[in-house]
Amino acid sequence: MTDKQSNPALRESATFGRDVIAEIQRAAETGIYDIRGWGAKRKVPHFDDLLFLGASMSRYPLEGYREKCGTDVTLGTRYAKKPIVIDTPVTIAGMSFGALSAQAKEALGRGASEVGTSTTTGDGGMTAEERGQSTKLVYQYLPSRYGMNPDDLRKADAIEIVLGQGAKPGGGGMLLGQKISDRVAQMRNLPMGIDQRSACRHPDWTGPDDLAIKIAELREITDWQVPIYIKVGATRTYYDVKLAVKAGADVVVLDGMQGGTAATQDVFIEHVGIPTMAAIPQAAQALQEMGVHREVQLIVSGGIRNGADVAKAIALGADAVAIGTAALIALGDNHPRYEEEYQKLGSAAGYYDDFQEGKCPAGISTQDPELSKRLDPVAAGKRLANYLRVITLEAQTLARACGKSHLHNLEPEDLVALNIEAAAMARVPLAGTNWIPGQQF
Amino acid sequence: MKTYDLSSDSLRELNQALHDADITASEREWRVANPNGAHNIACGLNDAISVDIDGHAGYYCAGMNQKANVTVHGNVGVGVAENMMSGMVHVKGDASQSAGATAHGGLLVVDGNASARCGISMKGVDIVVKGNIGPMSAFMGQSGCLVVCGDAGEALGDSIYEAHIYVKGSVTSLGADCIEKEMRQEHLDEVSDLLKRAGVETDPAAFKRYGSARQLYNFKVDNASAY
Repeated sequence: MTDKQSNPALRESATFGRDVIAEIQRAAETGIYDIRGWGAKRKVPHFDDLLFLGASMSRYPLEGYREKCGTDVTLGTRYAKKPIVIDTPVTIAGMSFGALSAQAKEALGRGASEVGTSTTTGDGGMTAEERGQSTKLVYQYLPSRYGMNPDDLRKADAIEIVLGQGAKPGGGGMLLGQKISDRVAQMRNLPMGIDQRSACRHPDWTGPDDLAIKIAELREITDWQVPIYIKVGATRTYYDVKLAVKAGADVVVLDGMQGGTAATQDVFIEHVGIPTMAAIPQAAQALQEMGVHREVQLIVSGGIRNGADVAKAIALGADAVAIGTAALIALGDNHPRYEEEYQKLGSAAGYYDDFQEGKCPAGISTQDPELSKRLDPVAAGKRLANYLRVITLEAQTLARACGKSHLHNLEPEDLVALNIEAAAMARVPLAGTNWIPGQQF
Repeated sequence: MKTYDLSSDSLRELNQALHDADITASEREWRVANPNGAHNIACGLNDAISVDIDGHAGYYCAGMNQKANVTVHGNVGVGVAENMMSGMVHVKGDASQSAGATAHGGLLVVDGNASARCGISMKGVDIVVKGNIGPMSAFMGQSGCLVVCGDAGEALGDSIYEAHIYVKGSVTSLGADCIEKEMRQEHLDEVSDLLKRAGVETDPAAFKRYGSARQLYNFKVDNASAY
C-alpha cells in the first residue's frame, strides 16, 4: 500500500499500473471477477471541483453566530397525509440488516434520531432494533422483496421503491453465503450459507405506467398516509426523474456513481453510472420543467462527505442528501484502531472494502456475533450524531456566508467551477468567467 | 352483506372501509359490484373477512392479503395476491402475469390459466392453477408450492431455491438449476392436500415434481455459462 519507489529509473506504466497488473494476476489465479463493497474508487469530477461565491459588496452575508440559517426539510408534501419533517437535510441511506450487523443498524437509528433525521432499511426487511431506535424510518421496497411484509409497511414513516443504486444501476444485490446467518436466512426465507441473489427488476411491474399502478397500490394499502420515494441510480437522470414524477413519486432519491454498496462486481462499481454532481442538474431541470421542483423533493446521495458537499448538492437543486459510506465511517468503519486486523485480511485501515466477506474488524459489515459485539450501538450512535451535527453546521456556515437564511435558499448562482469538466457537468460558470460549457450566454 | 358499487363508490372509500377494523368487526361479508377492471381492489386487507368481486379486476387485486378470503368472479390483471401473507384468494377466471408474486403464505387458486411469471419469487405461498401457466413461472421461487393441473411454459423454475413445483401436463422447458425430482409419498400427500383445498378432483400421482438441483447456490466459475 505504498507508492514509494526506491529506484527513480523504474518507470510505471500509466496504462498497466501496479493495481491493474495485480488485478490481471488475481483474475488469472482465481477465474472469478472481483467482488467488493464501498463505491467507485476512481477519481471523477466531484463537489471538490466547485466553490462558493461568498458575499461581499454585491451580496450581504449573515452573522455566523447570531442570525438563523434554517436546516429543516419536509419530505412528501405532494400526496402524503403525513409528510416527514427532518431537522437536518442529511439522511441515512438504505443499508440492509444482513449487509450490516444488528448493532450497526441500531447505531444508525440512534445517531439519526438524536439529530432528528431519518434512517432507511434495506434488502431483508425491517428489524426491531432499527424500528425501535429510528424515530423516522423509511422502508425500502426492493425487487427481491426479502422480508417484505405489510405489517412493516404500515409501520414505516415513508416507503422507498428502489429501482436502482448508484454503485450498480441496472444490477441487483448480492449477499454472499458467509453472511447468511440463521437470523438473516430466516428473515429472507432462504437456506443458510447460500449466496443470496437479489433481482435487478421488480417481479410484478415493468415500466413507468405499471409503476404508477404499483405506487397507487402502496398508497391504498397505507391509506395514503406516508410519502412514497422512488430511488434511481444516476444514469439517464433527466428522463428517469420525469418518469418518476409522472408515476406519482412524492420524493425522488438520486444516487450517483460514488454511492456505496455492500457487495458488487468491481467492474460494475467503477464503470456504470454517472457522477453525483453531473446528475443533480439533470434532475433539477426535469423537476423544474414539470413545475414540481421543491414540491417533489430531491434527495441526493453518492459521495457526500462533509458540509460543503451538502451545501453544494442543495445549491444545485437537492432538497436533502443521504449518506451511507460516511455514516459507516462515523460509526467506526476503517478505523486505525483495527489496523493490525485489517492487515491480516490483506487490507489496511482506510482501504478495507471486502464487506461481502463478513469479517469486518469494526463489527459493522458482518454477521459474526463476536465481531458484531465490538460495536457499541450507543457510543457509535453518538459518534454518528456528532458527525451529522458537524456537517450540518458546516453547511450552515457556507450558506450564511452566501447570505442565506435557510440552506434551501442556496442556488446554482452561488457556485463556480474550478475546471471545465465540473463547469459543464454542474452547469455553473468556470471560476472567474461567465462561461458555462454547452450553454449560450 | 355490505356492498360497494364501483360504478358509483370510489376505490378509496372501498379500501378504507375494508381496512377499518371497527367496520370489519361487524361486517364480515363484502361484495364489490361493477369492478370494471379497476386496479388495487381489496389490497392490504388484514382481517378474516370475505370479499366477493363480481367481475374482472385489474392489477394487484388482493395484494398483500392477510387473513381475508377474496373471490374474483372474473379475470384478474397483473400481480393478483402479490406478497400475500395469509388467507385465500380464488380467481374464477384467468390471471395475468406475476400471479402470487413474492407471496409469503396463504392459498391462491386460479380456475383458468395464469400467464408468465406465475409464482415469481414465491416465499411460502401455495398456488394451485387448474389450467396452464406461462413462461418463467416460479422464477427464484424460495418456498411454498406451485401446483399446475395443465401445462407449464418455458424456463419453469429458473434459479429456483426451495419452492416445490408440481405439474400434471407438459413442461416446455426447465430453467437454470431446475430439475425433475422423485415424487415421494410426502409429495403425493402435499399435492393431494392442495388439490383438495382448491376443490380439484384429480389423481396426485399424475403430477411430476420439479425443484432445485442446488448447483447454483454458491457461485462457482465452472458454472459461469449457466448464469
